[in-house]
Amino acid sequence: MAYQMNFTPVMALAPQLVEGALNTLILSGQAIVAGLAIGVVGAVSRTEGPRWLDRAVGVYVELFRNTPLLVQLFLIFFGLPYVGVRLSANMAAIIAIALNLGAYSTEILRAGLQAIPRTQIEAGLALGLSRLQVVRYVVIIPALQIIYPALTGQLTLTLLGSSIASAISATELTAAGARIESTTFRSLETFLCVAVIYIAMTFAFRFVYWRIGMWLFRRKAPPKPSLIADAIEVSRAGA
Amino acid sequence: MIRSFGWESVEFLIRGAGWTLLLSLMTFVIGGFFALIFALLRTLGPRPVRLAIAGFIQLVQATPLLIIVFLAFYGLSFVGLHFPPMVAAGVSLAVYTTAFLADIWRGCIEAIPKQQWEAADALALTRTQQLRYVILPQAFKISLGPTVGFMVQIVKNTSVVALIGFVELTRAGQLLNNMTFQPFHVFLTVAAIYFAICYPLSFLSERLKGNRHARPAH
Repeated sequence: MAYQMNFTPVMALAPQLVEGALNTLILSGQAIVAGLAIGVVGAVSRTEGPRWLDRAVGVYVELFRNTPLLVQLFLIFFGLPYVGVRLSANMAAIIAIALNLGAYSTEILRAGLQAIPRTQIEAGLALGLSRLQVVRYVVIIPALQIIYPALTGQLTLTLLGSSIASAISATELTAAGARIESTTFRSLETFLCVAVIYIAMTFAFRFVYWRIGMWLFRRKAPPKPSLIADAIEVSRAGA
Repeated sequence: MIRSFGWESVEFLIRGAGWTLLLSLMTFVIGGFFALIFALLRTLGPRPVRLAIAGFIQLVQATPLLIIVFLAFYGLSFVGLHFPPMVAAGVSLAVYTTAFLADIWRGCIEAIPKQQWEAADALALTRTQQLRYVILPQAFKISLGPTVGFMVQIVKNTSVVALIGFVELTRAGQLLNNMTFQPFHVFLTVAAIYFAICYPLSFLSERLKGNRHARPAH
């Protein structure tokens, strides 16, 4: 049986898909900012904090990494009102995704911090760098460079994972697709379009991450042997 | 009829968990089978095959699992393939798992230094023998930690097929919630069961990864 694909009814509702895609970006953008903030606090607590704090953050990390995002979402959206906290679908989705990403990014960032040996920091201080310079050039940037692939991969998974939020009718791309599917009955065409939009967003973000990586981890030219060479370089750069 | 959350409910959830385990196992076996073939072809196949598989992996990894599940469940029934939720769930999870595991295993095969191939070649082993006796056993050791780690993802990912009505643990939780109206009890129990399945796997995965670092560098 040959099936004729017909994208016309879906294309007629294309503005809804565009709106859905924007909502996905807004939703996961908020969740990513909050999740990374949790991750930074969690990673620093685990490496620098007292033992009890390390343990407590460890429990949080294991709880959220070993249960599905969908169940976390249900627990926050359906479960919290039961104990008196009522949240909108979007708010519940942002909180659930942020807590989930927070757990993963805590571990990723911790791995980065632990990859910088203490002797490197001491060497930086011995060279007369200020504490701030040591934190920036010896700790943060090299640590970030080590974990960059894992971190950006996790951010991509978060963007794609936000499609789960459609289960509690948060406004985002998959929910928009489901609405179009139920009005046009063109399931295959609708979800193919949705898939293409997700793929395009993912590749766009990968490109952005790659550019940011190029800018962050660019190697400075090695120091010139003489001041004259330096001066020539400066005058060239100025020209 | 409104029931209250009791031992019966927990039994109902545990039966759901049985389906979660079965679906996870099925996904791992089928996905793993194709992933192994894809990983080998991705590293050793002719150039067009390598590119095609790389493209497949990139596309699947850039699509949300939920959309793959919807495409398999709603989409393909229009092309004349009518999948019941069980099959649609299995197929979509297997496709997703194939893309990720193939990528993980490719990394493990490529992590074996080129000198190992050359040494095996110098010993007059055929290409297949080199792979079978020298490369794969070493790659297998490296892959254990990440593979067990990905099993955790598989178990968690099966929750997504609740949204097409396949009654596994999460769907059982939804049904129970509709009967008891005690979402906090229900989903906390569901989460606890998932944790009981996933945590031992995570722990094992970390142990296996740790052992690798403990071994002298090759």
